[in-house]
Amino acid sequence: MPRKLPALNTDNSAFWQGGAEGHLLIHHCESCRQYFHPPAPICPRCNSQRVSPKVVSGKGTVLSYTVNQQAWRPDLAEPYVVAIIELAEQRGLRFVTNVVGQAPESVEIGMPVRVRFERHEDVWLPLFVREA
Amino acid sequence: MFDRIFEKDVAITGIGQSEVGRPLARSAMQLTLDACTEAIRDAGLSRDDIDGVACWPGDNNNGDAFSPVGPNALIGTLGLKVNWYGAGYEGPGPLAGIINGAMAIASGLCRHVLVFRTITEASRRQTDKTASALTNKTIGRDTSFFWQWYTPFNVLSAINLMALYAQRHFHEYGTSSEQLGQIALTCRENASLNPKAIYRSPLTLDDYLASRVISSPLRLLDCDVHCDASTAIVLSRVDAARDGPNPPIRLEAIGSALHQPWSWDQIDLTATAARDVGEMMWARTDLKPKDVGAAQLYDGFSILTLIWLEALGLCPRGESGRFVEGGHRIARNGELPLNTNGGQLSGGRTHGLGYVHEACTQLWGRGGERQVAAHQVAVVAAGGGPLGGSVLLVKD
Repeated sequence: MPRKLPALNTDNSAFWQGGAEGHLLIHHCESCRQYFHPPAPICPRCNSQRVSPKVVSGKGTVLSYTVNQQAWRPDLAEPYVVAIIELAEQRGLRFVTNVVGQAPESVEIGMPVRVRFERHEDVWLPLFVREA
Repeated sequence: MFDRIFEKDVAITGIGQSEVGRPLARSAMQLTLDACTEAIRDAGLSRDDIDGVACWPGDNNNGDAFSPVGPNALIGTLGLKVNWYGAGYEGPGPLAGIINGAMAIASGLCRHVLVFRTITEASRRQTDKTASALTNKTIGRDTSFFWQWYTPFNVLSAINLMALYAQRHFHEYGTSSEQLGQIALTCRENASLNPKAIYRSPLTLDDYLASRVISSPLRLLDCDVHCDASTAIVLSRVDAARDGPNPPIRLEAIGSALHQPWSWDQIDLTATAARDVGEMMWARTDLKPKDVGAAQLYDGFSILTLIWLEALGLCPRGESGRFVEGGHRIARNGELPLNTNGGQLSGGRTHGLGYVHEACTQLWGRGGERQVAAHQVAVVAAGGGPLGGSVLLVKD
């Protein structure tokens, strides 16, 4: 599936390139010991700047999902799943992604998933598949 | 919580609206002038009385069909002499022009502020079908602070994000497609009595359920309909408002809060920014949700109307699906008439100010065939996801 890629910068590159080493990297605050997303130079909870990307398990569950059936571009004719995944590490820690590798209509809220990276140029997109 | 409620110094004194069409053979500026001159005349004012102009989002220096005319263009065209003017996308949603204009009056900058909103998405779609559907328009890699988190996953239209809210609402509260469809049905029924509405032919639940799924569980008929239109509202300082021909409609309370990240996926998925907006608005008035005689709630996507019903306390959280089911409560003769001109789903995507225009139309008893029972309190809310604002209107 063709993708429009993000422009990389010092705040977001860990997230988008962690997959090069097979790691999902999520920003973590050393002061309040909480993860946060999207990544930024400061913790939105305690405003500590002692923050850095940290490897997480890449496991989570489907918090919500939708099957897109509209071809916004001619090359997007096949239905695809957009989902919000809540990561296992922390309640509320989540982001939008795609669930791949199964029939779109078989995705469910609460379904356990794990990350599977898909490389496009210098970006490793963290997509998710059903946890076996 | 608040020691001064500035909006109580401000009232709506006149309203105006161009034709609403799909598309119209009138320029964006002509539509804007149609709406603005009507609103100024309706308020019993002349051009020279207008000393402020507000808009949301304004012309973002690109002539986009989403907002082709901003204050800059209007001031010179109409020959206005203003003490304050302003616009901009960042703010509490489509009602930001009303809120900012009211602030300008209450702070002493202006006496009469012209607030307007022009949109020409129907014309633009004649040449570019995706013109208003897509969120990110940057060339090359996505440099947007916000859209970069969605675009790479082919979240290319707002409907994908709204669908995530809807699916979660269905999951948490048992809301059904049949209940959601009632928003579309009620809007269509009201639109049938609005000569300006885009879609006026009868719509059944079967029609709704047969409309194609765009992004599950949302269907084509859960999406508003693009149009060309302009809407204008005149805000006046309350002492000046008493001189006009219309009974002033006071801004009793506004909601503009955001106590969560400005994000489509990091906010509460079933309450969104609307929750913060609703809590703020009711904290600024002694009135209660039960006092509301009619509600004009954003239906850019139908699920957002359900979210606003709950966020504004018009029904308990999680109960909006059951509240609207069957349509009796939200009918024109029900306990809470909703989107009485057909909303944006059937009336046309005037995008924000159309709801204010309709609220005033009903409060002033100008609704014609679609007029609901006389009432003094109306609520308007607009926006989705992190975008949200509301205003409680009172005709004394």
